[in-house]
Amino acid sequence: MGAAATLGGSAVSCSRSNAGRWRFFTPAEALTADAVCEQIIPADQDPGAHDARVVNYIDMQLTKHFRQYRDTYRRGLATIDAISQAKHGRRFIELSFAVQTEVLRDVQKQAKPFFELILTHTMQGFYGDPRHGGNRDAVSFKMLSLPYPPVRGRRTSA
Amino acid sequence: MRHANAVIVGSGAGGGIVAKELATAGLNVVLLERGKWYSAADCRKDDLRNQRTTILGNAFGPDDEGNPRVLVDERGQERILKPSEGGYNNNAACVGGGTFSYGAQAWRYMEKDFRMRSAYGAPTNSTLEDWPISYQDLEPYYEKAEIEVGVSGDVEPNIFKAPRRRPLPMPAFPPNREHQILHPAAKRLGLHPFDIPMFRNTVPYNERGACMRCRWCVGFACEVNARSGSHNTVIPKALATGNCDLRTECVAKEVVVDAKGRARGVIYFDARGKLVEQSADLVIVSCAAIESARLLLNSKSALFPRGLGNRYDWVGRNLQGHTYTGAVGLLEEETYDDIGPGAQIAICDYNHGNAGLAGGAMLANEFIRLPIQFIGQVPNFVPKWGKGHKDWVRRAYRRTVMVQGPVQEMPMFDSRVQVDPQVRDRWGIPVARMSGARHPHSMEIARFIAGKAEAWLREAGAIQVWKKIPGAGLSGGQHQAGTCRMGNDPKTSVVNRFCQLHDVDNAYVIDGSVHVTNGGFNPALTIMAIAYYASDNLLRAWKGTRVRS
Repeated sequence: MGAAATLGGSAVSCSRSNAGRWRFFTPAEALTADAVCEQIIPADQDPGAHDARVVNYIDMQLTKHFRQYRDTYRRGLATIDAISQAKHGRRFIELSFAVQTEVLRDVQKQAKPFFELILTHTMQGFYGDPRHGGNRDAVSFKMLSLPYPPVRGRRTSA
Repeated sequence: MRHANAVIVGSGAGGGIVAKELATAGLNVVLLERGKWYSAADCRKDDLRNQRTTILGNAFGPDDEGNPRVLVDERGQERILKPSEGGYNNNAACVGGGTFSYGAQAWRYMEKDFRMRSAYGAPTNSTLEDWPISYQDLEPYYEKAEIEVGVSGDVEPNIFKAPRRRPLPMPAFPPNREHQILHPAAKRLGLHPFDIPMFRNTVPYNERGACMRCRWCVGFACEVNARSGSHNTVIPKALATGNCDLRTECVAKEVVVDAKGRARGVIYFDARGKLVEQSADLVIVSCAAIESARLLLNSKSALFPRGLGNRYDWVGRNLQGHTYTGAVGLLEEETYDDIGPGAQIAICDYNHGNAGLAGGAMLANEFIRLPIQFIGQVPNFVPKWGKGHKDWVRRAYRRTVMVQGPVQEMPMFDSRVQVDPQVRDRWGIPVARMSGARHPHSMEIARFIAGKAEAWLREAGAIQVWKKIPGAGLSGGQHQAGTCRMGNDPKTSVVNRFCQLHDVDNAYVIDGSVHVTNGGFNPALTIMAIAYYASDNLLRAWKGTRVRS
């Protein structure tokens, strides 16, 4: 849990590498979304959603195939901060990993459609194809011991 | 535009074969396809955008823009759907149709599948009926499809199979790990496992090489062109005759008739969006069950005010697919070997003879699963997110086996395709409006079959098993069938035993639409066999510029 706990506040590295480069998200929204994704798939002995740049996948798709979800994200991320502020007096990314988990359990109840959406998109960004902006360095494929790119020209089970 | 002997709408499992048969016999054929012509080079290996996982869209059509359908659910709620959304009941729109990117199981139906009503009686509220043709009528054409399109596998150990004259032209693959686990387990249960027949080269065949057994199979273009569909078998043969003109990105609007009520040709939008008419002696509709019904219903005229072939309101009725049902098991040992296509072993012990049930399904192990597909199979007892979810995925991904099968459905008169009164596609053509549900008895069979899948997995060593049974909503999907039923009585069917519209002797429907019932099997080989059978009968009746009535 140690590595994961620091990640709650370490999303700074995310903003550094992507400063001014978000397509849809504001920098603040990107940080919140990144922290939510990391809650959904946290780093442990294998990389998590932050390392896989899942938020980059979501941001990219929000300008393409997921355009219809823009409002849901904008309002959903605001709701997360509102719940954090109301309960803990801080923005979501300022909370510890464990407290973030608690807040997300509330979000899951109070903003179910948004939570389900970001949950689904996080799975896609982590376990899907690297070409779409997530699953950086095929981290999930490595976690599952899938050779990527695959060995070509194989003919039998040998 | 030059007059043709035949214009065929749709180049999938049905239309591709008809094109080859007619062109080979010397008829001048125009083959219209609404989609593009893709090749092996179009295998993009995109886990999120292919024909099976359509999170970011369909790889092989239709495009999400401008191709809506309307789905009316059980509560009467209407939804306008895009092609990549669930409920659209999509089949690919490209040369080869569904056969370009399918899983390619190549099943013959069983003898009883052609006489379901005689065998079981029709359940209440079902239009379960016998076919006007028998398995024996189709047997030579099944054989022809197996040889010409190319089928591998080993069905000899299947004691339930219908009589056949020749073995499959290609051997089965060496067993993969799931096969090695499931085969002895089935034997211990007294079942009769065998190797799935598939349109896939296991050895070089038809001038194409063998499968390299990669991970990107069903839903993708085959990178080495070892999987066979109409696009790389019969359509190239049709074109090689010089008698077939394949026109891609051409969208049929309607079949037009002359003053005597005979088909005159097809009006379509060409690739540049221009509306043109192709006149022909024969019109063959092969767009798959939903689009074939839509085209006929959109072909209204003074003589056929309710749509072509629809005098008795049977066009679009009896839409069915398969109720895919089964179970997933978690084993202690590793089951994942990264060897495609994955699906290799099946049983037909539960297709028929299940006490109190009108039919059943074949059961087979599932195709190789990409990680994102596996995420969709995570059972309810696993945490939805957080470390618990990740831990489970990491542990289970290489240790699960899925067994499932296509339950033969009880057709329903009110599960249907109509044309929507308001919604139109990008060409201004009224779109398909689908409504209805699955029959309760189909669901009963599904629960029984899922139990059998579970028992097989437990015997194979599964320490945990969870069932997969779909909801009772409208069925269709890639296995869509039934909307232009074949029958002897014009009042209760759309085409006769030769796939000819009862009302119009030079118009045919040749695809899964004519299936009276859909077997407990993937339907592609049966669609192909019917296409060979119907073409053969058509050519026997062909008299230069018309068919003899």
